[in-house]
Amino acid sequence: MVSQIAPAATTDRSTPIDLGEAPTQPPRRPRRTGTYVLRGIAIGYVGVLVLVPLGVVLWRTIQQGLGTFWDTISDPTVVHAIVLTGVVAGIAVLLNVVFGIGMALLLARYRFPGRRLLNILIDLPLAVSPIVVGLALILVYGQEGGWLGGLGVQIIYSIPGMVLATVFVSLPLVVRALVPVLEEEGLDQELAARSLGANARQCFRRITLPTIKWALAYGVVLSLARAIGEFGAVKVVSGNVIGQTQTVTLLVDERAEQFEPGAYQASILLIAVTVICIVGVSLIHPPEGRS
Amino acid sequence: MTLAPAVARRGAGLRRGAGQSDGRVPLRTAAGLGLGAAVLWLSLLVLLPLAAVVVKATGNGWSGFWDALTSREALSALRLTVFSSIGVAALNAIIGTLIAWVLVRDSFRGKRVVEVVIDIPFALPTIVAGLVLLTLYGPHSPLGVNWYATTRGVILALLFVTLPFVVRTVQPVLIGLDRDVEEAATSLGASRFTTFRRIILPAILPAIAGGAALAFARAMGEYGSVVLISGGLQFKTEISSMYVYSQIENDELAAAAATATALLVISLVVIGLLDIVQRWAARHG
Repeated sequence: MVSQIAPAATTDRSTPIDLGEAPTQPPRRPRRTGTYVLRGIAIGYVGVLVLVPLGVVLWRTIQQGLGTFWDTISDPTVVHAIVLTGVVAGIAVLLNVVFGIGMALLLARYRFPGRRLLNILIDLPLAVSPIVVGLALILVYGQEGGWLGGLGVQIIYSIPGMVLATVFVSLPLVVRALVPVLEEEGLDQELAARSLGANARQCFRRITLPTIKWALAYGVVLSLARAIGEFGAVKVVSGNVIGQTQTVTLLVDERAEQFEPGAYQASILLIAVTVICIVGVSLIHPPEGRS
Repeated sequence: MTLAPAVARRGAGLRRGAGQSDGRVPLRTAAGLGLGAAVLWLSLLVLLPLAAVVVKATGNGWSGFWDALTSREALSALRLTVFSSIGVAALNAIIGTLIAWVLVRDSFRGKRVVEVVIDIPFALPTIVAGLVLLTLYGPHSPLGVNWYATTRGVILALLFVTLPFVVRTVQPVLIGLDRDVEEAATSLGASRFTTFRRIILPAILPAIAGGAALAFARAMGEYGSVVLISGGLQFKTEISSMYVYSQIENDELAAAAATATALLVISLVVIGLLDIVQRWAARHG
Protein backbone atom coordinates (compact mmCIF):
# COMPACT_ATOMS: atom_id res chain seq x y z
CA MET A 1 0.00 0.00 0.00
CA VAL A 2 1.55 3.20 -1.12
CA SER A 3 -0.20 6.47 -0.75
CA GLN A 4 0.67 10.01 -1.44
CA ILE A 5 1.23 12.98 0.72
CA ALA A 6 -0.46 15.14 -1.88
CA PRO A 7 -3.96 15.85 -0.59
CA ALA A 8 -5.34 15.93 -4.10
CA ALA A 9 -4.41 12.37 -4.63
CA THR A 10 -5.62 11.04 -1.33
CA THR A 11 -8.71 12.89 -0.26
CA ASP A 12 -10.40 13.71 -3.48
CA ARG A 13 -13.34 11.34 -3.39
CA SER A 14 -14.49 12.20 -6.86
CA THR A 15 -11.54 10.63 -8.62
CA PRO A 16 -12.83 7.45 -10.15
CA ILE A 17 -10.41 5.17 -8.37
CA ASP A 18 -9.01 5.81 -4.91
CA LEU A 19 -5.37 6.73 -5.29
CA GLY A 20 -4.59 5.19 -1.95
CA GLU A 21 -4.36 1.90 -3.73
CA ALA A 22 -1.09 1.60 -5.58
CA PRO A 23 -1.98 1.68 -9.23
CA THR A 24 -2.05 -2.01 -10.06
CA GLN A 25 -3.02 -2.54 -13.62
CA PRO A 26 -0.56 -5.11 -14.86
CA PRO A 27 0.32 -4.62 -18.49
CA ARG A 28 -1.48 -7.25 -20.48
CA ARG A 29 0.66 -7.06 -23.57
CA PRO A 30 4.23 -8.36 -23.60
CA ARG A 31 6.68 -5.61 -22.82
CA ARG A 32 8.51 -3.86 -25.60
CA THR A 33 11.65 -1.81 -25.77
CA GLY A 34 9.64 1.40 -25.44
CA THR A 35 8.39 0.33 -22.02
CA TYR A 36 11.93 -0.12 -20.77
CA VAL A 37 13.06 3.20 -22.23
CA LEU A 38 10.22 5.09 -20.54
CA ARG A 39 10.83 3.27 -17.28
CA GLY A 40 14.51 4.09 -17.48
CA ILE A 41 13.85 7.79 -18.09
CA ALA A 42 11.36 8.00 -15.20
CA ILE A 43 13.59 6.22 -12.70
CA GLY A 44 16.67 8.07 -13.93
CA TYR A 45 15.05 11.48 -13.61
CA VAL A 46 13.67 10.87 -10.13
CA GLY A 47 16.95 9.31 -9.07
CA VAL A 48 19.21 12.09 -10.31
CA LEU A 49 16.93 14.83 -9.01
CA VAL A 50 15.91 13.46 -5.61
CA LEU A 51 17.24 10.09 -4.57
CA VAL A 52 20.95 10.44 -5.31
CA PRO A 53 21.27 13.93 -3.75
CA LEU A 54 19.50 12.71 -0.60
CA GLY A 55 21.76 9.69 -0.50
CA VAL A 56 24.86 11.86 -0.76
CA VAL A 57 23.73 14.03 2.16
CA LEU A 58 23.09 10.91 4.25
CA TRP A 59 26.50 9.59 3.28
CA ARG A 60 28.25 12.88 4.18
CA THR A 61 26.60 12.87 7.58
CA ILE A 62 27.48 9.25 8.26
CA GLN A 63 31.05 9.98 7.18
CA GLN A 64 31.33 12.69 9.81
CA GLY A 65 30.33 10.14 12.39
CA LEU A 66 27.58 9.52 14.90
CA GLY A 67 29.56 11.33 17.60
CA THR A 68 29.68 14.50 15.52
CA PHE A 69 25.98 14.15 14.86
CA TRP A 70 25.16 13.90 18.54
CA ASP A 71 27.54 16.73 19.50
CA THR A 72 25.93 19.03 16.93
CA ILE A 73 22.38 18.17 17.87
CA SER A 74 23.01 18.65 21.61
CA ASP A 75 24.71 22.03 21.13
CA PRO A 76 22.67 24.65 23.07
CA THR A 77 22.06 26.81 19.98
CA VAL A 78 20.73 23.83 18.07
CA VAL A 79 18.63 22.62 21.00
CA HIS A 80 17.13 26.09 21.27
CA ALA A 81 16.33 26.07 17.56
CA ILE A 82 14.68 22.67 17.85
CA VAL A 83 12.56 23.73 20.83
CA LEU A 84 11.59 27.00 19.13
CA THR A 85 10.60 25.15 15.95
CA GLY A 86 8.47 22.80 18.03
CA VAL A 87 6.75 25.65 19.87
CA VAL A 88 6.04 27.70 16.75
CA ALA A 89 4.87 24.69 14.73
CA GLY A 90 2.76 23.43 17.64
CA ILE A 91 0.91 26.72 18.13
CA ALA A 92 0.47 27.13 14.38
CA VAL A 93 -0.99 23.65 13.95
CA LEU A 94 -3.34 24.20 16.92
CA LEU A 95 -4.62 27.44 15.37
CA ASN A 96 -4.97 25.70 12.02
CA VAL A 97 -7.02 22.92 13.59
CA VAL A 98 -9.45 25.33 15.27
CA PHE A 99 -9.78 27.50 12.19
CA GLY A 100 -9.77 24.49 9.88
CA ILE A 101 -12.63 22.65 11.57
CA GLY A 102 -14.73 25.80 11.81
CA MET A 103 -14.10 26.86 8.24
CA ALA A 104 -14.63 23.36 6.85
CA LEU A 105 -17.99 23.07 8.67
CA LEU A 106 -19.05 26.45 7.30
CA LEU A 107 -18.03 25.63 3.74
CA ALA A 108 -19.48 22.12 3.73
CA ARG A 109 -22.68 22.66 5.68
CA TYR A 110 -23.97 26.15 5.11
CA ARG A 111 -25.23 28.30 2.31
CA PHE A 112 -24.34 31.97 2.52
CA PRO A 113 -23.51 34.82 0.19
CA GLY A 114 -19.81 34.90 -0.67
CA ARG A 115 -19.28 31.20 -0.02
CA ARG A 116 -17.60 30.65 -3.37
CA LEU A 117 -15.34 33.67 -2.89
CA LEU A 118 -14.35 32.42 0.56
CA ASN A 119 -13.64 29.02 -0.96
CA ILE A 120 -11.17 30.62 -3.36
CA LEU A 121 -9.61 32.93 -0.74
CA ILE A 122 -8.76 29.97 1.49
CA ASP A 123 -6.38 28.70 -1.19
CA LEU A 124 -4.71 32.05 -1.70
CA PRO A 125 -1.83 31.45 0.76
CA LEU A 126 -0.59 28.51 -1.31
CA ALA A 127 -0.08 30.75 -4.32
CA VAL A 128 1.95 33.40 -2.50
CA SER A 129 5.74 33.37 -2.29
CA PRO A 130 6.91 32.88 1.31
CA ILE A 131 9.07 35.99 1.05
CA VAL A 132 6.00 38.00 0.02
CA VAL A 133 4.15 36.54 3.02
CA GLY A 134 6.89 37.81 5.30
CA LEU A 135 6.89 41.25 3.67
CA ALA A 136 3.11 41.47 3.94
CA LEU A 137 3.17 40.67 7.66
CA ILE A 138 5.94 43.23 8.30
CA LEU A 139 3.92 45.93 6.53
CA VAL A 140 0.92 45.30 8.79
CA TYR A 141 2.43 44.24 12.11
CA GLY A 142 5.90 45.86 12.02
CA GLN A 143 6.47 48.20 14.96
CA GLU A 144 7.78 50.96 12.76
CA GLY A 145 5.26 51.98 10.17
CA GLY A 146 3.08 48.87 10.32
CA TRP A 147 -0.65 49.45 9.92
CA LEU A 148 -1.32 47.69 13.20
CA GLY A 149 2.19 48.19 14.58
CA GLY A 150 1.14 50.30 17.52
CA LEU A 151 -0.63 47.53 19.43
CA GLY A 152 2.03 47.51 22.13
CA VAL A 153 2.85 43.85 21.54
CA GLN A 154 5.96 43.00 19.62
CA ILE A 155 4.90 40.71 16.81
CA ILE A 156 7.58 41.04 14.15
CA TYR A 157 11.05 39.74 15.13
CA SER A 158 9.49 37.60 17.82
CA ILE A 159 7.47 34.42 18.25
CA PRO A 160 3.96 35.80 17.50
CA GLY A 161 5.12 36.97 14.08
CA MET A 162 6.74 33.62 13.35
CA VAL A 163 3.51 31.86 14.34
CA LEU A 164 1.49 34.17 12.07
CA ALA A 165 3.84 33.49 9.16
CA THR A 166 3.65 29.74 9.74
CA VAL A 167 -0.15 29.76 10.04
CA PHE A 168 -0.38 31.82 6.86
CA VAL A 169 1.54 29.33 4.73
CA SER A 170 -0.23 26.25 6.11
CA LEU A 171 -3.71 27.77 6.39
CA PRO A 172 -5.59 25.73 3.75
CA LEU A 173 -4.21 22.29 4.59
CA VAL A 174 -6.62 21.28 7.37
CA VAL A 175 -9.64 22.88 5.67
CA ARG A 176 -8.93 21.08 2.41
CA ALA A 177 -8.51 17.75 4.16
CA LEU A 178 -11.88 18.09 5.94
CA VAL A 179 -14.26 19.60 3.39
CA PRO A 180 -14.55 16.56 1.05
CA VAL A 181 -15.23 14.21 3.97
CA LEU A 182 -17.88 16.49 5.44
CA GLU A 183 -19.50 16.97 2.04
CA GLU A 184 -19.62 13.24 1.44
CA GLU A 185 -21.01 12.43 4.86
CA GLY A 186 -23.84 14.95 4.58
CA LEU A 187 -26.13 16.20 7.29
CA ASP A 188 -28.48 13.22 7.77
CA GLN A 189 -26.83 11.66 10.81
CA GLU A 190 -26.48 14.97 12.57
CA LEU A 191 -30.07 15.95 11.88
CA ALA A 192 -31.18 12.56 13.23
CA ALA A 193 -29.11 13.06 16.38
CA ARG A 194 -30.51 16.54 16.86
CA SER A 195 -34.09 15.35 16.39
CA LEU A 196 -33.44 12.69 19.04
CA GLY A 197 -32.52 15.44 21.47
CA ALA A 198 -28.73 15.72 21.26
CA ASN A 199 -27.40 19.21 21.82
CA ALA A 200 -24.87 20.86 19.52
CA ARG A 201 -21.86 19.77 21.57
CA GLN A 202 -22.96 16.15 21.89
CA CYS A 203 -23.70 16.12 18.21
CA PHE A 204 -20.21 17.42 17.35
CA ARG A 205 -18.45 15.05 19.74
CA ARG A 206 -20.42 11.90 18.93
CA ILE A 207 -21.21 12.34 15.23
CA THR A 208 -19.04 14.93 13.51
CA LEU A 209 -15.71 14.27 15.20
CA PRO A 210 -15.67 10.50 14.60
CA THR A 211 -16.55 11.17 10.97
CA ILE A 212 -13.69 13.54 10.34
CA LYS A 213 -11.04 12.15 12.67
CA TRP A 214 -8.87 10.48 10.02
CA ALA A 215 -9.12 13.38 7.63
CA LEU A 216 -8.26 15.66 10.54
CA ALA A 217 -5.22 13.58 11.44
CA TYR A 218 -4.18 13.74 7.81
CA GLY A 219 -4.54 17.53 7.72
CA VAL A 220 -2.63 17.85 10.99
CA VAL A 221 0.32 15.82 9.71
CA LEU A 222 0.42 17.86 6.51
CA SER A 223 0.36 21.19 8.33
CA LEU A 224 2.88 19.98 10.88
CA ALA A 225 5.32 18.99 8.13
CA ARG A 226 4.75 22.31 6.40
CA ALA A 227 5.08 24.28 9.65
CA ILE A 228 8.33 22.61 10.70
CA GLY A 229 9.80 23.10 7.24
CA GLU A 230 8.74 26.70 6.68
CA PHE A 231 11.70 28.86 5.84
CA GLY A 232 11.26 31.98 3.69
CA ALA A 233 8.37 33.64 5.53
CA VAL A 234 9.89 32.89 8.94
CA LYS A 235 13.27 34.18 7.78
CA VAL A 236 11.73 37.56 6.96
CA VAL A 237 9.64 38.03 10.11
CA SER A 238 12.00 36.45 12.64
CA GLY A 239 15.06 38.61 12.16
CA ASN A 240 17.01 35.32 12.52
CA VAL A 241 18.64 36.16 15.86
CA ILE A 242 20.86 33.21 16.78
CA GLY A 243 19.76 31.60 20.02
CA GLN A 244 16.55 33.64 20.06
CA THR A 245 14.43 33.53 16.93
CA GLN A 246 16.40 30.98 14.96
CA THR A 247 14.42 27.91 13.94
CA VAL A 248 16.00 24.73 12.61
CA THR A 249 15.51 25.68 8.95
CA LEU A 250 17.08 29.09 9.60
CA LEU A 251 19.96 27.37 11.37
CA VAL A 252 20.56 25.12 8.36
CA ASP A 253 20.59 28.19 6.12
CA GLU A 254 23.00 30.13 8.31
CA ARG A 255 25.43 27.24 8.84
CA ALA A 256 25.41 26.38 5.14
CA GLU A 257 26.00 29.96 4.00
CA GLN A 258 28.77 30.53 6.55
CA PHE A 259 30.31 27.11 5.85
CA GLU A 260 30.01 26.32 9.54
CA PRO A 261 29.55 22.70 10.62
CA GLY A 262 26.09 21.52 11.64
CA ALA A 263 24.05 22.15 8.50
CA TYR A 264 24.10 18.47 7.53
CA GLN A 265 23.28 17.21 10.99
CA ALA A 266 20.31 19.59 11.38
CA SER A 267 19.19 18.67 7.87
CA ILE A 268 19.21 14.98 8.71
CA LEU A 269 16.90 15.80 11.60
CA LEU A 270 14.50 17.58 9.24
CA ILE A 271 14.74 14.80 6.66
CA ALA A 272 13.85 12.30 9.41
CA VAL A 273 10.78 14.39 10.33
CA THR A 274 9.80 14.51 6.65
CA VAL A 275 10.07 10.75 6.26
CA ILE A 276 8.04 10.21 9.46
CA CYS A 277 5.35 12.54 8.12
CA ILE A 278 5.19 10.76 4.75
CA VAL A 279 4.98 7.38 6.46
CA GLY A 280 2.40 8.81 8.88
CA VAL A 281 0.24 10.00 6.00
CA SER A 282 0.40 6.62 4.30
CA LEU A 283 -0.60 4.93 7.58
CA ILE A 284 -3.46 7.35 8.15
CA HIS A 285 -4.86 6.98 4.70
CA PRO A 286 -6.25 3.41 4.68
CA PRO A 287 -8.76 3.85 7.54
CA GLU A 288 -9.90 7.12 6.06
CA GLY A 289 -10.43 5.43 2.73
CA ARG A 290 -12.59 2.76 4.32
CA SER A 291 -14.83 5.08 6.30
CA MET B 1 2.40 21.83 1.22
CA THR B 2 1.10 22.11 -2.21
CA LEU B 3 -1.18 24.02 -4.38
CA ALA B 4 -2.30 20.95 -6.26
CA PRO B 5 -5.01 19.71 -3.91
CA ALA B 6 -7.01 22.83 -3.55
CA VAL B 7 -7.44 23.75 -7.13
CA ALA B 8 -7.89 20.20 -8.32
CA ARG B 9 -10.56 19.64 -5.71
CA ARG B 10 -12.51 22.74 -6.56
CA GLY B 11 -12.90 21.32 -10.03
CA ALA B 12 -13.95 18.05 -8.45
CA GLY B 13 -16.69 19.76 -6.46
CA LEU B 14 -18.03 21.13 -9.67
CA ARG B 15 -18.10 17.74 -11.32
CA ARG B 16 -20.24 16.53 -8.46
CA GLY B 17 -22.58 19.38 -9.22
CA ALA B 18 -22.25 21.19 -5.91
CA GLY B 19 -24.85 23.80 -6.68
CA GLN B 20 -28.05 25.00 -5.15
CA SER B 21 -29.67 21.81 -3.85
CA ASP B 22 -26.48 20.52 -2.30
CA GLY B 23 -27.65 19.55 1.16
CA ARG B 24 -26.43 22.80 2.65
CA VAL B 25 -28.58 24.76 5.08
CA PRO B 26 -28.85 28.53 5.56
CA LEU B 27 -26.79 30.10 8.34
CA ARG B 28 -28.14 30.19 11.89
CA THR B 29 -27.00 32.59 14.60
CA ALA B 30 -24.22 30.45 16.03
CA ALA B 31 -22.85 29.53 12.61
CA GLY B 32 -23.15 33.17 11.60
CA LEU B 33 -20.92 34.18 14.52
CA GLY B 34 -18.49 31.45 13.52
CA LEU B 35 -18.42 32.79 9.99
CA GLY B 36 -17.72 36.27 11.32
CA ALA B 37 -14.81 35.00 13.41
CA ALA B 38 -13.37 32.99 10.53
CA VAL B 39 -13.60 35.90 8.11
CA LEU B 40 -11.99 38.22 10.68
CA TRP B 41 -9.10 35.78 11.17
CA LEU B 42 -8.68 35.39 7.42
CA SER B 43 -8.71 39.17 7.00
CA LEU B 44 -6.15 39.89 9.72
CA LEU B 45 -3.88 37.08 8.61
CA VAL B 46 -4.13 37.08 4.83
CA LEU B 47 -6.20 39.83 3.23
CA LEU B 48 -5.01 42.85 5.19
CA PRO B 49 -1.29 41.98 4.83
CA LEU B 50 -1.60 41.26 1.10
CA ALA B 51 -3.51 44.52 0.66
CA ALA B 52 -0.71 46.29 2.53
CA VAL B 53 1.80 45.00 -0.02
CA VAL B 54 -0.20 46.43 -2.91
CA VAL B 55 -0.78 49.73 -1.09
CA LYS B 56 2.92 50.02 -0.26
CA ALA B 57 3.89 49.29 -3.85
CA THR B 58 1.60 51.99 -5.22
CA GLY B 59 2.29 54.45 -2.41
CA ASN B 60 4.38 56.65 -4.71
CA GLY B 61 1.81 56.54 -7.45
CA TRP B 62 1.63 54.40 -10.55
CA SER B 63 4.90 55.80 -11.94
CA GLY B 64 6.69 55.06 -8.68
CA PHE B 65 5.47 51.47 -8.85
CA TRP B 66 6.51 51.15 -12.46
CA ASP B 67 9.96 52.65 -11.86
CA ALA B 68 10.60 50.30 -8.93
CA LEU B 69 9.40 47.30 -10.91
CA THR B 70 11.52 48.13 -13.94
CA SER B 71 14.71 49.09 -12.16
CA ARG B 72 17.56 47.18 -13.74
CA GLU B 73 18.05 44.70 -10.93
CA ALA B 74 14.34 44.08 -10.34
CA LEU B 75 13.65 43.58 -14.02
CA SER B 76 16.60 41.23 -14.47
CA ALA B 77 15.43 39.12 -11.52
CA LEU B 78 11.84 39.09 -12.75
CA ARG B 79 12.93 38.08 -16.23
CA LEU B 80 14.97 35.16 -14.89
CA THR B 81 12.11 34.12 -12.61
CA VAL B 82 9.43 34.19 -15.31
CA PHE B 83 11.49 32.49 -18.01
CA SER B 84 12.91 29.77 -15.78
CA SER B 85 9.42 29.14 -14.34
CA ILE B 86 7.96 28.76 -17.83
CA GLY B 87 10.78 26.41 -18.79
CA VAL B 88 10.37 24.39 -15.62
CA ALA B 89 6.61 24.13 -16.13
CA ALA B 90 7.07 22.99 -19.73
CA LEU B 91 9.67 20.39 -18.81
CA ASN B 92 7.43 19.18 -15.99
CA ALA B 93 4.52 18.80 -18.40
CA ILE B 94 6.57 16.31 -20.42
CA ILE B 95 8.59 14.44 -17.82
CA GLY B 96 5.76 14.53 -15.23
CA THR B 97 3.35 12.94 -17.69
CA LEU B 98 5.99 10.35 -18.56
CA ILE B 99 6.55 9.49 -14.89
CA ALA B 100 2.80 9.31 -14.23
CA TRP B 101 2.48 6.99 -17.25
CA VAL B 102 5.22 4.69 -16.00
CA LEU B 103 3.73 4.63 -12.48
CA VAL B 104 0.27 3.72 -13.77
CA ARG B 105 0.93 1.45 -16.76
CA ASP B 106 4.22 -0.20 -15.95
CA SER B 107 5.01 -2.54 -13.10
CA PHE B 108 8.46 -3.28 -11.81
CA ARG B 109 10.30 -3.91 -8.59
CA GLY B 110 10.90 -0.73 -6.67
CA LYS B 111 7.89 1.11 -8.09
CA ARG B 112 6.69 1.82 -4.57
CA VAL B 113 10.01 3.46 -3.78
CA VAL B 114 9.53 5.77 -6.77
CA GLU B 115 5.99 6.52 -5.53
CA VAL B 116 7.32 7.61 -2.14
CA VAL B 117 10.28 9.52 -3.60
CA ILE B 118 7.90 11.58 -5.77
CA ASP B 119 6.33 12.95 -2.59
CA ILE B 120 9.58 13.91 -0.89
CA PRO B 121 9.83 17.35 -2.55
CA PHE B 122 6.35 18.17 -1.18
CA ALA B 123 7.30 17.45 2.39
CA LEU B 124 11.01 18.24 2.51
CA PRO B 125 11.82 21.68 3.94
CA THR B 126 12.93 23.85 1.03
CA ILE B 127 16.22 24.87 2.62
CA VAL B 128 17.12 21.21 3.10
CA ALA B 129 16.28 20.63 -0.57
CA GLY B 130 18.67 23.48 -1.37
CA LEU B 131 21.44 22.01 0.76
CA VAL B 132 20.89 18.56 -0.71
CA LEU B 133 21.22 19.90 -4.27
CA LEU B 134 24.22 22.03 -3.36
CA THR B 135 25.96 18.95 -1.99
CA LEU B 136 25.61 17.00 -5.22
CA TYR B 137 25.77 19.79 -7.78
CA GLY B 138 27.75 22.47 -5.94
CA PRO B 139 31.45 23.35 -5.57
CA HIS B 140 32.29 20.19 -3.61
CA SER B 141 30.28 17.90 -5.84
CA PRO B 142 31.41 14.29 -5.91
CA LEU B 143 30.34 14.31 -9.58
CA GLY B 144 32.74 17.07 -10.42
CA VAL B 145 30.03 19.37 -11.78
CA ASN B 146 29.72 22.83 -10.30
CA TRP B 147 26.42 24.51 -10.96
CA TYR B 148 26.78 26.91 -8.04
CA ALA B 149 25.77 30.44 -9.08
CA THR B 150 24.59 29.36 -12.51
CA THR B 151 21.16 29.53 -14.14
CA ARG B 152 21.35 25.75 -14.45
CA GLY B 153 21.53 25.49 -10.66
CA VAL B 154 18.46 27.69 -10.26
CA ILE B 155 16.49 25.62 -12.75
CA LEU B 156 17.60 22.39 -11.07
CA ALA B 157 16.27 23.62 -7.72
CA LEU B 158 12.97 24.65 -9.31
CA LEU B 159 12.68 21.24 -11.00
CA PHE B 160 13.22 19.56 -7.64
CA VAL B 161 10.43 21.38 -5.80
CA THR B 162 7.95 21.15 -8.70
CA LEU B 163 8.50 17.44 -9.42
CA PRO B 164 5.24 16.15 -7.87
CA PHE B 165 2.75 18.60 -9.40
CA VAL B 166 2.18 17.19 -12.89
CA VAL B 167 2.73 13.59 -11.76
CA ARG B 168 0.10 13.84 -9.06
CA THR B 169 -2.50 15.62 -11.18
CA VAL B 170 -2.11 13.34 -14.21
CA GLN B 171 -1.87 10.05 -12.31
CA PRO B 172 -5.51 9.83 -11.10
CA VAL B 173 -6.86 10.73 -14.55
CA LEU B 174 -4.66 8.10 -16.17
CA ILE B 175 -5.86 5.48 -13.69
CA GLY B 176 -9.48 6.37 -14.43
CA LEU B 177 -9.13 6.02 -18.20
CA ASP B 178 -11.24 3.37 -19.88
CA ARG B 179 -8.85 0.81 -21.36
CA ASP B 180 -11.54 -0.55 -23.70
CA VAL B 181 -11.34 2.50 -25.94
CA GLU B 182 -7.60 2.05 -26.31
CA GLU B 183 -7.99 -1.62 -27.09
CA ALA B 184 -10.64 -0.79 -29.67
CA ALA B 185 -8.27 1.69 -31.29
CA THR B 186 -5.46 -0.86 -31.32
CA SER B 187 -7.68 -3.57 -32.77
CA LEU B 188 -8.69 -1.16 -35.52
CA GLY B 189 -5.05 -0.89 -36.46
CA ALA B 190 -3.90 2.23 -34.64
CA SER B 191 -0.26 2.24 -33.61
CA ARG B 192 0.68 2.75 -29.96
CA PHE B 193 1.70 6.30 -30.73
CA THR B 194 -1.53 7.07 -32.58
CA THR B 195 -3.56 5.60 -29.71
CA PHE B 196 -1.69 7.80 -27.27
CA ARG B 197 -2.03 10.92 -29.38
CA ARG B 198 -5.69 10.49 -30.35
CA ILE B 199 -7.21 8.70 -27.36
CA ILE B 200 -5.12 9.23 -24.25
CA LEU B 201 -3.59 12.66 -24.71
CA PRO B 202 -6.90 14.55 -25.16
CA ALA B 203 -8.22 12.96 -21.97
CA ILE B 204 -5.23 13.87 -19.82
CA LEU B 205 -4.47 17.27 -21.36
CA PRO B 206 -6.49 19.32 -18.85
CA ALA B 207 -4.69 17.55 -15.99
CA ILE B 208 -1.30 18.20 -17.60
CA ALA B 209 -2.16 21.87 -18.04
CA GLY B 210 -3.38 22.08 -14.45
CA GLY B 211 -0.26 20.47 -13.04
CA ALA B 212 2.02 22.62 -15.18
CA ALA B 213 0.21 25.79 -14.06
CA LEU B 214 0.65 24.80 -10.42
CA ALA B 215 4.33 24.07 -11.05
CA PHE B 216 4.68 27.49 -12.68
CA ALA B 217 3.02 29.27 -9.75
CA ARG B 218 5.20 27.41 -7.29
CA ALA B 219 8.38 28.17 -9.23
CA MET B 220 7.51 31.87 -9.44
CA GLY B 221 7.51 32.23 -5.66
CA GLU B 222 10.16 29.70 -4.72
CA TYR B 223 12.89 30.86 -2.38
CA GLY B 224 14.33 28.32 0.05
CA SER B 225 15.53 25.68 -2.37
CA VAL B 226 17.13 28.22 -4.69
CA VAL B 227 18.87 30.49 -2.20
CA LEU B 228 21.92 28.29 -1.52
CA ILE B 229 22.71 27.09 -5.03
CA SER B 230 21.94 30.37 -6.79
CA GLY B 231 24.53 32.39 -4.93
CA GLY B 232 22.30 35.41 -5.53
CA LEU B 233 24.49 37.12 -8.13
CA GLN B 234 22.78 40.32 -9.23
CA PHE B 235 21.80 40.38 -12.89
CA LYS B 236 22.75 36.72 -13.19
CA THR B 237 21.26 34.23 -10.77
CA GLU B 238 19.13 36.40 -8.49
CA ILE B 239 15.46 35.42 -8.72
CA SER B 240 12.61 37.73 -7.74
CA SER B 241 11.97 36.32 -4.28
CA MET B 242 15.67 36.77 -3.47
CA TYR B 243 15.52 40.30 -4.82
CA VAL B 244 12.50 41.05 -2.61
CA TYR B 245 14.37 39.64 0.38
CA SER B 246 17.46 41.77 -0.27
CA GLN B 247 15.28 44.87 -0.60
CA ILE B 248 13.62 44.08 2.75
CA GLU B 249 17.08 43.70 4.30
CA ASN B 250 18.06 47.12 2.91
CA ASP B 251 14.83 48.59 4.28
CA GLU B 252 13.68 49.43 0.75
CA LEU B 253 10.17 48.24 1.47
CA ALA B 254 8.52 50.09 -1.43
CA ALA B 255 10.87 48.47 -3.94
CA ALA B 256 10.31 45.09 -2.30
CA ALA B 257 6.54 45.60 -2.44
CA ALA B 258 6.62 46.49 -6.15
CA THR B 259 8.18 43.18 -7.19
CA ALA B 260 6.09 41.35 -4.59
CA THR B 261 2.94 42.80 -6.16
CA ALA B 262 4.06 41.66 -9.59
CA LEU B 263 4.64 38.13 -8.26
CA LEU B 264 1.23 38.17 -6.58
CA VAL B 265 -0.56 39.32 -9.73
CA ILE B 266 1.16 36.75 -11.95
CA SER B 267 0.34 33.93 -9.54
CA LEU B 268 -3.29 35.03 -9.21
CA VAL B 269 -3.73 35.29 -12.98
CA VAL B 270 -2.34 31.78 -13.45
CA ILE B 271 -4.54 30.36 -10.69
CA GLY B 272 -7.56 32.20 -12.08
CA LEU B 273 -6.92 30.89 -15.60
CA LEU B 274 -6.47 27.41 -14.21
CA ASP B 275 -9.82 27.66 -12.41
CA ILE B 276 -11.51 28.73 -15.65
CA VAL B 277 -9.83 25.94 -17.67
CA GLN B 278 -10.83 23.31 -15.11
CA ARG B 279 -14.42 24.52 -14.98
CA TRP B 280 -14.49 24.41 -18.75
CA ALA B 281 -12.99 20.92 -18.79
CA ALA B 282 -15.45 19.76 -16.13
CA ARG B 283 -18.36 20.96 -18.25
CA HIS B 284 -17.08 19.58 -21.53
CA GLY B 285 -15.19 16.55 -20.27
